[in-house]
Amino acid sequence: MSEEILSRTLAPGLSSIKDFSFRHVEKMQLDNGIPVYFLNAGVQDVVKVELIFRNPTFDVQHPLMHSAANRLMSEGTSQHSAQQLAEMVDYFGSYYETEQSADYCSVVLHSLNKHLGNTLPVIHEIITDAAYPEKELSVYQQNNKQRLTVENEKVGSIARRKFSEIIFGPNHPYGYFTKPEDYDKVSRAGLLAFHRSHYVSDHCTILLSGKVDKETIALVNRIFGKKDWMKGNGMEGTVPGQQTSPVKINYIERNNAIQSAIRIGRPMFNKTHADYAGMQVLNTILGGYFGSRLMKNIREDKGYTYGIGSAVASMMHGGYFFIASEVGAEVCSPALEEVYKEIDILRREPVPEDELQMVKNYMLGSFLKSIDGAFNLADRWKGIMFYNLEYDYYDRFINTVTNITPTELMMLAQKYLAKESLNELVVGKK
Amino acid sequence: MISFNKTKLSNGLTVIVHEDQSTPLATINILYKVGARDEDPDKTGFAHLFEHLMFGGSVNIPEYDGPLQLAGGDNNAFTNNDVTNYYLTLPAQNLTTGFWLESDRMMSLAFSPKSLEVQRQVVIEEFKQRYLNQPYGDVGLLLRPLSYKVHPYQWSTIGKEISHIENASLEDVKKFFFKYYCPDNAIMCVAGNVKSEEVFKMAEEWFGEIRRSFHDERKYPVEPLQTEKRVMTVEREIPFDSLYRSYHSSSRFDKEYYAEDLMTDVLSAGKSSRLYNSLVKDKKLFSEINCYGSGSFDKGTVIAEGKLVKGVTMKKAEEALDEEIQKIMNAPVTEAELTRVKNKIESTMVFSEIDLSGRALNLAFAEYMGDAGLINTEVERYRQVTASDITSRANEIFRETNCSTLYYLSKK
Repeated sequence: MSEEILSRTLAPGLSSIKDFSFRHVEKMQLDNGIPVYFLNAGVQDVVKVELIFRNPTFDVQHPLMHSAANRLMSEGTSQHSAQQLAEMVDYFGSYYETEQSADYCSVVLHSLNKHLGNTLPVIHEIITDAAYPEKELSVYQQNNKQRLTVENEKVGSIARRKFSEIIFGPNHPYGYFTKPEDYDKVSRAGLLAFHRSHYVSDHCTILLSGKVDKETIALVNRIFGKKDWMKGNGMEGTVPGQQTSPVKINYIERNNAIQSAIRIGRPMFNKTHADYAGMQVLNTILGGYFGSRLMKNIREDKGYTYGIGSAVASMMHGGYFFIASEVGAEVCSPALEEVYKEIDILRREPVPEDELQMVKNYMLGSFLKSIDGAFNLADRWKGIMFYNLEYDYYDRFINTVTNITPTELMMLAQKYLAKESLNELVVGKK
Repeated sequence: MISFNKTKLSNGLTVIVHEDQSTPLATINILYKVGARDEDPDKTGFAHLFEHLMFGGSVNIPEYDGPLQLAGGDNNAFTNNDVTNYYLTLPAQNLTTGFWLESDRMMSLAFSPKSLEVQRQVVIEEFKQRYLNQPYGDVGLLLRPLSYKVHPYQWSTIGKEISHIENASLEDVKKFFFKYYCPDNAIMCVAGNVKSEEVFKMAEEWFGEIRRSFHDERKYPVEPLQTEKRVMTVEREIPFDSLYRSYHSSSRFDKEYYAEDLMTDVLSAGKSSRLYNSLVKDKKLFSEINCYGSGSFDKGTVIAEGKLVKGVTMKKAEEALDEEIQKIMNAPVTEAELTRVKNKIESTMVFSEIDLSGRALNLAFAEYMGDAGLINTEVERYRQVTASDITSRANEIFRETNCSTLYYLSKK
């Protein structure tokens, strides 16, 4: 600190972030060939174990198959009931979750290192010996139908799911709009058959983060490295082509709505595309952070909404760009108009240098946060491994964020954000 | 074990520093000891509206977010019934920017009429989005005044009604600011790649000259002991009937709190819990059920809430819930249950300490409870709870005359 008198009217000097290097995962294989990526960077004595299985081919006749199979895996094995399994892990202060995403399903265990020897075998039992008891299946069906019925009362929830359908098409795994009756199509026999062919070591990838020492890895190998659960039917996920709705303006009326949910967007490439990083910058300017143009205009100037944002979503087989908000029903039309106006400005006017500098610094600061701590570091690998990208993806990202110019951004906006290319959805009143 | 250093400036600002040289980041967490319980009953929602105004520019800095984003940082805040908490994270080398921004808005806001006008509208949209335009969204607005007749916990942080927010004036804003936003009513915790001595010096430079407040000894009206069973029934356009019960309980500062917290965990934390297994899984009466304590600074509540499975009568659902409640009142929890919920508390704490901003918040919060060092002994207080402590708390809390019930029914 210098001894000069501090000024309250002038911002303190800033130093730019120079070092974006971060720890990479190390790689090894279990005895049965399961690839293991691990990141040993823990201060606390905790470890996170993720067993990841890529989603198989989507079957529109059984749209819930892989998510139900994953979620219900922990609801009983041939040895233990759902409650017993939960107790066996909870007792050691650990917890597990089953996670379902567009491209893969996983079972995730958070455990204190000292208890891993007790908790990991439970996860093994769940993955290799799931029994899918009828009783648990019926509770799952009943309660999820109810949950979905409640979700269908929320304009934001309908908009989110309906917009995916508009972008990807009703038969696409990313676009399928789940209906309550879909839960009735899940059967125990179907789940068992699916489980036996899908949850095998040949389909499994393991990610370890936190405090991962030699013993941790040896333990994982002892429990998951056996050769008795290797072969499935080798189904690799194939995905049908995207069928974006030709209808540009979509409206679902809800008479009792006091707010309307808005979505505006279009199909877009995923993170393997050369323009992806540039689009991230453009998106941040438009709606990707608190100081974005959409927030400034529609929330901070007009007060039409509690929040508005935009994002470029990347999945393995595609992606999309979208703007999302819930606005007062009576101001829905002016809000839409302002959104289009902001997009148009990006297409017509170069971003001022000072605004661009702020966005760049903000994004680089966010990146720094995203590489802080073992779990975040493991997520950086998870974010690229199924795209067949390497860590230089992040170098290119940093490079683009640092060097992109206002002209390049304007060209991206002209290329990808033409009004006629955008789909619009309003759920509520307008 | 989380290490920290602590000092107090002459104007009353408490400064805590937690050093962690393994991160390139720094966090500033400032907890103001003001929440919705400090509001006038005719001007509710004010503490929360105020939180929004704290981003509308301060005396020397026209805009809060821009300079922080330029420094590579970001921030957020939350308000509850007891506190308002602000936090920012940025690359550690730009820490001074954080001190500049936070000290200026503690010194004085810009009090711009435009900011008030817009934030009033934003908060009204928040009111609609979270409380009115959501199925079951207004439950808190109904249940609180049923439980509390005198204490300000009778209203939610969003406020009793939209009109209170509409009527907020710039005069109200100024009064509120100079009463509560002052160094002797705040706790600052700086965490990350920083040095304690440097932070203390910067704190003195940036915050040292800020006025103390006139100091009031705040007294909150004490909620009289509830002596009668309270019931309210409403009908709404919702698909499934729901049941809500609110029981008066202890405060976060009471030693009874620990037994109560473990009690609600035995009842409903996770898939091994009693209510979930009995009422959702075995009897299939509820599609979801939950029981938790408010953990508030004045006497709080334990809430039990559940959505009924379609076709199940309220009577049947309630009887089954009461049966479980009777069980925990009449027999001690098992050793296995007790160990399980204690171990879970311990690991939850370890996991919450992984995140830098989580550590900063926990330290500031513990300091408000008496001493930042409590963060390192909290697990011990849970470890000391016995099965009979839990039985005794269950009998104290789950009395009929201590209960307010809300039947939230589907209009059909």
